[in-house]
Amino acid sequence: MAKAKQNRAFITLYRLYVAAFFLFLAAPLVAAGSFAFNDSLFPALPWQGFTLDWFFSPNEPKLGMFYDRRLLSGLYYSFVIGILVSSLSVFVGTTNAFLFVRGSFPAKNFFYILMILPLVIPGVILGISILVLASNIANGVENAFNYEIDMLRPGIFLVVLGQFSFITTITSLVITARLRKFDHSMEEAALNLGASRLQVLRTVTLPFLRPAMIAAGIVGFLVSFENFNTTLFLVGSESPLTITMFDRMAKVGSTPVLNAVSFVLIIGSGLLALITVAVQRDKSSG
Amino acid sequence: MQSDIKRLSLILLFAPFALWIFLLIIVPHAGMVVLSLREKVAPRVYEYGLGNYIDFINEPIYWNTLLRTGSMSILVTFLALIIGFPIAYYIAKIAGKRSRGALFLLCLIPLWVSDLIRAFGWILLLRETGVVSSFLLWTGAINQPIEFLYNDVTVIVGLVYTVILFMIVPLVSTLDGMDDAMVEAGYNLGGNGFTVLRRIIVPYAMPGIVSGCIVVFMLTAGSYLTPILLGGKNSSWFTEQIYDQFITRFNWESGAAFGFLLLAFTSLVVWLGLKLTGQTLANTVAKS
Repeated sequence: MAKAKQNRAFITLYRLYVAAFFLFLAAPLVAAGSFAFNDSLFPALPWQGFTLDWFFSPNEPKLGMFYDRRLLSGLYYSFVIGILVSSLSVFVGTTNAFLFVRGSFPAKNFFYILMILPLVIPGVILGISILVLASNIANGVENAFNYEIDMLRPGIFLVVLGQFSFITTITSLVITARLRKFDHSMEEAALNLGASRLQVLRTVTLPFLRPAMIAAGIVGFLVSFENFNTTLFLVGSESPLTITMFDRMAKVGSTPVLNAVSFVLIIGSGLLALITVAVQRDKSSG
Repeated sequence: MQSDIKRLSLILLFAPFALWIFLLIIVPHAGMVVLSLREKVAPRVYEYGLGNYIDFINEPIYWNTLLRTGSMSILVTFLALIIGFPIAYYIAKIAGKRSRGALFLLCLIPLWVSDLIRAFGWILLLRETGVVSSFLLWTGAINQPIEFLYNDVTVIVGLVYTVILFMIVPLVSTLDGMDDAMVEAGYNLGGNGFTVLRRIIVPYAMPGIVSGCIVVFMLTAGSYLTPILLGGKNSSWFTEQIYDQFITRFNWESGAAFGFLLLAFTSLVVWLGLKLTGQTLANTVAKS
């Protein structure tokens, strides 16, 4: 009896601990999101009443996020960069999956480790190493031919390359895991039925990989959208949203418009995460 | 003919991989190392040598910052493991079937919210005019507002918060595969709770533990946002020194040396961790 009682007390304590943890997990997100609706010029207590001004008000001092030029252009650049990075990295991730699941070539294990490596290099270092290389090439060309390659100066192109360099590892791992589960006999059946190799790829193999490709694309987009460390060193005049927000946060008098952006981003990434999970779940049953 | 097609498709598949790894990983890092060995002796005159590294050793601020970053990152990794393991175990083994999925989702969603927003949330909670301070004033527990930001404890809490989900998610996936019968067998053979944890659960979860620790350590040591926003300008984080050399002082040679030192240091810790636990990179990080 005593033991059962002790056990019950332990389980209750354990539950309390888990509850406290989730409270800890939610607290900053709730704080960042909820002040977007506070009718005050500062994101702080006391609560002054509910307002949507920080989203929709067109004039100062309560300039809403949908009228804030710099935030909107940050959002736009983040979208452009995110879509470029995720489509590129899903493409290379898919070819990598075929390479490592189907291909046989010498030193395959070594190359596989090489593929994982970008994930364990600090983002700051990926950023500076690519910055150094691009600047060296650009300087070299400028000195030799007196021609300036704008693309290799900090800007969107370098940001895309920098993010692509490690997001490809993530997409490759997701798609590789899916391709490993593929039943070879399905392809053979299609070949026996007279399909060409290309047709088999298009009608059998790629549709099988689609859930993983979609999930990898969403993950890649999210990681790109919120990346800071690598982007910080490669960014030019077209700042993506994280950089714009960071610059404002560093300033003391930031208004709750940042909370409005946070709210939109929390909801947006939450929804995308849900979609990823739903797509992946489809995969396990199918 | 058939083998020619095979070879051609292998080459076509290998090309994107090789371009990616070679042009964006190997060549840039080699370039960084070469740059770090170069020193400016006069305008447009350079000399090769270990000067940048000697400067690093001679200036205690630099290597103190690296040691501080390293030791704090190890502490954060350890705390994330200690705090996260019971949560992962609860989600994987104790929670009911239905609440398990919901709890796991609750862990996944904050994972996808940017570090920046999470740090911003902490700022709003902890600063002098923030929620916690105002609340304590209101209850009468304190008479004056308190500044909770800009100290090491806050930086550590913030970092644990930022990275802990990267610990919990691989742990949940590993523990999920464990058969409950193993735990029961341990109890039946007379083990108490602690013995079962040490002899059965932890060894089984080892790949997940190692994978979580590697990712968490790398993310912490390479983090920039959280130490700066929660620790203020003087948080002395090593990535800040790299930024300072590159962007503020425009001393790329020394910044490249710092970058290489950070990479070497973190790789060494990861390598040691893998050796000590007898795991490999392929069966830990690649699985999560």
